[in-house]
Amino acid sequence: MNPAAQARNKRRTVWLLSLLVLGMFGFGFALMPLYDLLCQVTGIQSVSLRSAGEAVAEPLSIREDSRLITIKFDTSVHPNLPWDFQPLERHLQVHPGKLYQVNFAARNRSSASVTGQAIPSVAPWQATAFLNKLECFCFNRQTLAGGASVEMPLRFMISPDLPPEIRSLTLSYSLMKPETPAPELAPELAPESAPESARHEKG
Amino acid sequence: MSHTSTLHDAPHHHANPTGWRRWLFSTNHKDIGTLYLLFALAMLFMGGASAMLIRAELFQPGIQLLDPDLYNNLVTNHALLMIFGAVMPAAAGLANWMIPLMIGAPDMALPRMNNLSFWILPAAGTMLILSFVVPFFPGGGSQINTGWTLYPPLSVQVGMSMDFLIFAIHLLGISSVLASINIIVTLLNMRAPGMTLMKMPIFCWTWLVTAFLLILVVPVLAGGVTMLLFDRHFGTSFFDAAGGGDPVLFQHLFWFFGHPEVYVLLLPSIGVLSHVIPTFARKPLFGYKSMVGAMIAVGTIGMVVWAHHQYTIGMSLGAVSYFMIGTIIISIPVGLMIFNFIATMWRGAMTFETPMLFAVAIILMFTFGGLSGVMLAVVPADMQYHDSMFVVAHFHYVLMPGAVFGLFAGVFYWLPKWTGHMYDERLGKLFFWINVTGFNLTFFPQHFLGLAGMPRRIIDYNVMFTEFNVISSIGAMIFGFSHLLLLYIVIKTIRGGEPATSRVWEGARGLEWEVASPPPFHTWETPPLIRQEQSA
Repeated sequence: MNPAAQARNKRRTVWLLSLLVLGMFGFGFALMPLYDLLCQVTGIQSVSLRSAGEAVAEPLSIREDSRLITIKFDTSVHPNLPWDFQPLERHLQVHPGKLYQVNFAARNRSSASVTGQAIPSVAPWQATAFLNKLECFCFNRQTLAGGASVEMPLRFMISPDLPPEIRSLTLSYSLMKPETPAPELAPELAPESAPESARHEKG
Repeated sequence: MSHTSTLHDAPHHHANPTGWRRWLFSTNHKDIGTLYLLFALAMLFMGGASAMLIRAELFQPGIQLLDPDLYNNLVTNHALLMIFGAVMPAAAGLANWMIPLMIGAPDMALPRMNNLSFWILPAAGTMLILSFVVPFFPGGGSQINTGWTLYPPLSVQVGMSMDFLIFAIHLLGISSVLASINIIVTLLNMRAPGMTLMKMPIFCWTWLVTAFLLILVVPVLAGGVTMLLFDRHFGTSFFDAAGGGDPVLFQHLFWFFGHPEVYVLLLPSIGVLSHVIPTFARKPLFGYKSMVGAMIAVGTIGMVVWAHHQYTIGMSLGAVSYFMIGTIIISIPVGLMIFNFIATMWRGAMTFETPMLFAVAIILMFTFGGLSGVMLAVVPADMQYHDSMFVVAHFHYVLMPGAVFGLFAGVFYWLPKWTGHMYDERLGKLFFWINVTGFNLTFFPQHFLGLAGMPRRIIDYNVMFTEFNVISSIGAMIFGFSHLLLLYIVIKTIRGGEPATSRVWEGARGLEWEVASPPPFHTWETPPLIRQEQSA
């Protein structure tokens, strides 16, 4: 092989390999959208599909059930949000098919007005579809004036169709500061507007 | 292209520099290979020192020498120094020295890039050591107590030493990607006329597969640690559940790199064995084509089984079954390699010089480590063994024989070629026996500890584990200090000794044995002619 041809071949190989390196660096970042795409195509229940399924209201059942299910409440706050956020009750014993309410206390530690958004998740995830929320502060973004405190209600019912092997479940909320302006929520997802106007029921 | 062609037409346009300029500005593959090997030796001793401290602490239950954060910092530091500082540069050193000699090329394809990819390493090594040292200074933040896997959320919370580590990983990654590009370009474009790919020596084949693996996986790790850096400082939430991210994502990114990485460490040593065993069995390698096929299969399947490191994250049954079956399938091509080695030795006229002693020991101990790997691949069993000392015993049994001892075999095999002097065979054998005895004494008891329930990465342990830990720590001291003997042998061989012939070993075959020992500064300026029978 003459030197010029060899130099040309070397250059071509170097370029191809460099493209491969850049491609694999991008592949690391493309993994998340690719994974979502794979789940949509194959119908695997990905995390995002699970939480989307949660918002769709199941037809309400009025059968009551004698089972006692333990439901635990858990909260965490992202460091970008200067809030304290706790459930007033850490756990409840509930009958499937019956309506319950739990209040969550939130306090803005800063002096400025701050908006937060709560993201729910249920463990075990198989129980997600059987937890019906009739009213939840997580449907909307919540704005608290500087130093203000508020009690935010969650009204929920566990469906009697809950599989018998599930005897306890955990509902956990991550509260964070949304970084995009609030989207227009579909009306059926937002039956109540702000927590200040929410009716408080004893129970 | 006129300016480049003038350079190519005049390979001797520069005088060979001397003194420190010879090394700092070197574009000579032999000098850069030597630099890589010396760097690896230095890192081997630093990583070894941290291992000695770990075993000294575990000699007795309770907390004697270290505090828990320092212990975990040492665990992190030991792994990173050994993998990125010692084994990978040592293998790259062998590649630099031997690949041009073996394929009849005058040098690597991109000599200046070769210089760059080595000289990034001392900077990266300094960053790596700083990541260990910085917390001891005022305002240095907390120690890196995550282990080498750097799992968030803990790694997001560690102080600034984690930033040093992230940049060290970036630099090490750039260095090994550049070296890999160089090796692939050399192997694909600079073989002597008549040397087809299927006549290439096996060591070159192992490095071709290794370099492709590195190019495919190192950028993904770089992406992962970049996300970590952004989560730490720029308010993103790739791995923070409270911000909509997922810590498990990091585990996937890490092990997408981390699992092929074990083949990156293993394959160059398999390449060394494929030369050592035929030389001392005085028979050609059995099954050249099947070796090539097996290592390509190992590389390919090895890319898609990473999640067997994460069985406990709660994957679906389908996913864990896939990763389990894929992992167990890898034992088929690896088994094929082992059987090829045994078949090469079968009815050979064997002699047991130091490289061959290491080769035989590797086959035994690596097979053992491979079998405990099959145990760990089985999902229900792994749920028991996960994060126990059994895992530590397993990966030291594959990485130490599979990578480190293979490199030792290569160093003893080629040291007479590099220096022109025979090493002291008596001392070499003594080193082998002390080294291998110490190794087995250290790591064999850890299988029992793990099965009995001792967790890894914890400074303290239950008193019921004391006896095996005492044995393990004594073995570790023998093993660790035996490397001073290696250092002595290498220095002694460099300084003098019985002159080596150009063939060195009676049964040695291949182009690298046709140049003088030590080879002149420039070799194969006119490419050799490949005779028909000269393959492998």
